[in-house]
Amino acid sequence: MHDMSAHAAAHHGPPTSFIRKHVFSLDHKVIGKQYYGLGLAAVIIGMVLSWLIRIHLGWTNAAIPGLHLLSKNGAPGDVMTPEFYLQLMTMHATFMVFFVLTVVPFAAFGNFFLPIHTGAEDMPFPHFNMMSFWTTFVAFCVMLLSFFVGDGPTLGGWTQYAPLSALGSVAGPGEGAGVVIWATSIAIFCVGQLFGALNFIPNVLDLRCKGMSLWRLPLPTWAWFITSCMGLTSFSVLMPACILLILDHVAGTSFFVASNLVINDQMQPHSGGSTLLWQHLFWFFGHPEVYIAIVPGMGIVSHVLITNMRKPMLSHRVLVYSMGALAVLSYMVYGHHMFVSGMNPFSSLLFSFPTLMITIPSTIIVLIWLGSLYGAKIRINAASLFALGFISMFITGGVSGFFLAQPSIQILLHATYFVVAHFHFTMAIAALFGIFSGTYFWFPKMWGRMMNETLGKVHFWLTFVGVYAVFMPMHYLGLAGGVRRYQAYVVDYMQPLIGVHQFITIAALFTGAAQLIFIYNLIHSRFRGEPAPDNPWQGTSLEWSIPSPPPHDNFGGKHVVVYHDPYQYGVQSSTGDYLMQDSPEQVKTESEEP
Amino acid sequence: MATTVHEPPKVEPRRSPQPGHSGNGGVRNLVPNDGNLRAVRDYSPPPSKAGIWVILAAITMSFAAFTSALVVRQGGSSDWHHLTLPSVLYWNTLVLLASSVSLELSRRRVAVFMSGPRTVDLSPARWLYVTALLGAVFVAGQYVAWLQLRSQGLYLATNPNSSFFYVLTALHGLHVLGGLVGLTYVIRKLNRVVLRRSTLDSFSYYWHFMSILWVYLLLLLWMKL
Repeated sequence: MHDMSAHAAAHHGPPTSFIRKHVFSLDHKVIGKQYYGLGLAAVIIGMVLSWLIRIHLGWTNAAIPGLHLLSKNGAPGDVMTPEFYLQLMTMHATFMVFFVLTVVPFAAFGNFFLPIHTGAEDMPFPHFNMMSFWTTFVAFCVMLLSFFVGDGPTLGGWTQYAPLSALGSVAGPGEGAGVVIWATSIAIFCVGQLFGALNFIPNVLDLRCKGMSLWRLPLPTWAWFITSCMGLTSFSVLMPACILLILDHVAGTSFFVASNLVINDQMQPHSGGSTLLWQHLFWFFGHPEVYIAIVPGMGIVSHVLITNMRKPMLSHRVLVYSMGALAVLSYMVYGHHMFVSGMNPFSSLLFSFPTLMITIPSTIIVLIWLGSLYGAKIRINAASLFALGFISMFITGGVSGFFLAQPSIQILLHATYFVVAHFHFTMAIAALFGIFSGTYFWFPKMWGRMMNETLGKVHFWLTFVGVYAVFMPMHYLGLAGGVRRYQAYVVDYMQPLIGVHQFITIAALFTGAAQLIFIYNLIHSRFRGEPAPDNPWQGTSLEWSIPSPPPHDNFGGKHVVVYHDPYQYGVQSSTGDYLMQDSPEQVKTESEEP
Repeated sequence: MATTVHEPPKVEPRRSPQPGHSGNGGVRNLVPNDGNLRAVRDYSPPPSKAGIWVILAAITMSFAAFTSALVVRQGGSSDWHHLTLPSVLYWNTLVLLASSVSLELSRRRVAVFMSGPRTVDLSPARWLYVTALLGAVFVAGQYVAWLQLRSQGLYLATNPNSSFFYVLTALHGLHVLGGLVGLTYVIRKLNRVVLRRSTLDSFSYYWHFMSILWVYLLLLLWMKL
């Protein structure tokens, strides 16, 4: 039997120096905020890059003032070259997928709230946790570096398909040093995320407080746990792929390059490699990555909705099982990205079947949300609006997924804007709405001040309308044969589509500008916001039982004990219509009533 | 009659580590009697128990990825020249397996040491030093294998089999080196009598896993698929 005082004694005390407090902090809450800041920097970069590529798609010959500062050769006279367009597009995707969609919903919110939800003082391995952030930060800096080295960042897209990604600068600007930097950065990023999983998983398994059975964990913590299992098994596959890609570049090996390949009239000195091998390794990571981005959002949104509906979801367990099913199935479906890759057509069927199956847990989750919302008197605030927006985005993106899951239709729509619309709605915008919802909901706890609700609601409506204006027309573009990754529309049949592109560009600029309201609200509230009470939303989970912001060891030295399921709403207790998880009070719940 | 003075028996402090170093104090997870709780775990195990499985899962996935790459590369091309493995590798295998044995011996000694009185000197770290030495010999032996291949004119990019040989042995060697760093940490903690059993157990899982992984890699590189 372990000693009672062991846990507190084994943990680090509050830091006193500035460096330990704010820079190389071991505190999971500071690390969570650091991840949030990194995500914010990355999303601003990613958004500006998306503006640049959108302007080019609408007005191909338009000069964008100052563009030449980003590249030596990519923007003569501030007009984007086709290669530079691809470079910016690649960087937009890379920053968004890795440093925003993975970092914020999972690493930022997860770091801050997972130990609090489990009732722990900190993560089990605080030094590894600190290294997790700083490794990710190094990866971010390395990725930024590619703008300033050689002929700029890689142009191969975030998927970096071989063989062009494995050949060096003969394959185009950025395909030399740019790819090596990209692969190095991503390999470093993988290490950072593995350090993260090393903390998240043992925390949930081993550091739960008294009375906190697994089913008493709130839904976001379940989501982060499932996500960290996915991250553990997928980032550890991407890293070897990146190592092999780097070796093809710098050591002259031939893992991904086939024999007798002639590029730009030059015979390549490689032989016998497999281009499909890269796709298999990449998508084995790439598809779970989609769920790494979206599953934490599902947890956050459920948490926010429950608190604002004042009643639990129809089924806590089915929701958790469904998120788990998404995680398992996400490994079996990755081949649906490769229907036109020359893979055996029977393999396509094999991958199509689980892809259609994955719609079942997704649909169950959506139906649980909708069924729970039915008849609920939901409190309308910025957090709940973004949570509802998340559901809307997820349904819209999910419906187009039904079409893309079937090889016969997907072959027609492959690499068109239909796909761009699909994945932006599901993994990008829905996940982003999850981030916004989480921010409005948890900001009072993280920074001890309230955000401005009115600005939050304005931000929601502008963003909600804006993203539909941006991504809805892309379905039409795709059906009309609009091919993605083209930098200009010179073919006859594509000419009429330019007007749609211009509309989308204007909508994107407008929606992007609306985000300034959020950034203003964030910064203003951080310093001038109303001081937040401990439990502004009358929530029940453990984060609302402690001060805002929480003290260094979360529970102020108290050994917290949990007595209830996480969502005891709609009950009659001494506090009102809810019962905190750590309240010893016993009340009759609806299920117990005769 | 002479009075015999009996000295009171000396109570030897046990060698178990300080309470502050004995785990995560999972006693907090006991179910309180007054609440209607369904939580059934009496205590939570130290997090390094789960942590080591997380690490081993990540390493397994990485080497599974390399394996699938090797299988695809070997099966799908005509330029695969199967190389004869340097004979030193078989000696290295024995050295690494021996290091696992010495680690187990050491684990037993530490168990006796931790529960026994301070008077019994078992120098529990002795076998850990042997493990470290054997580990270092293994890494050096792998380097010798590289030199032997180099002398045959087989470099990283010479043919796909040599590419995989260098990549797999290098990454496995790096993991063993990481294990040696971990072993240094374990020895340091043991010498200061603050080692947790769970840390030693987790380390031994890692080290044995490295031995098993090496046997697997050797078979993989030796076999013609």
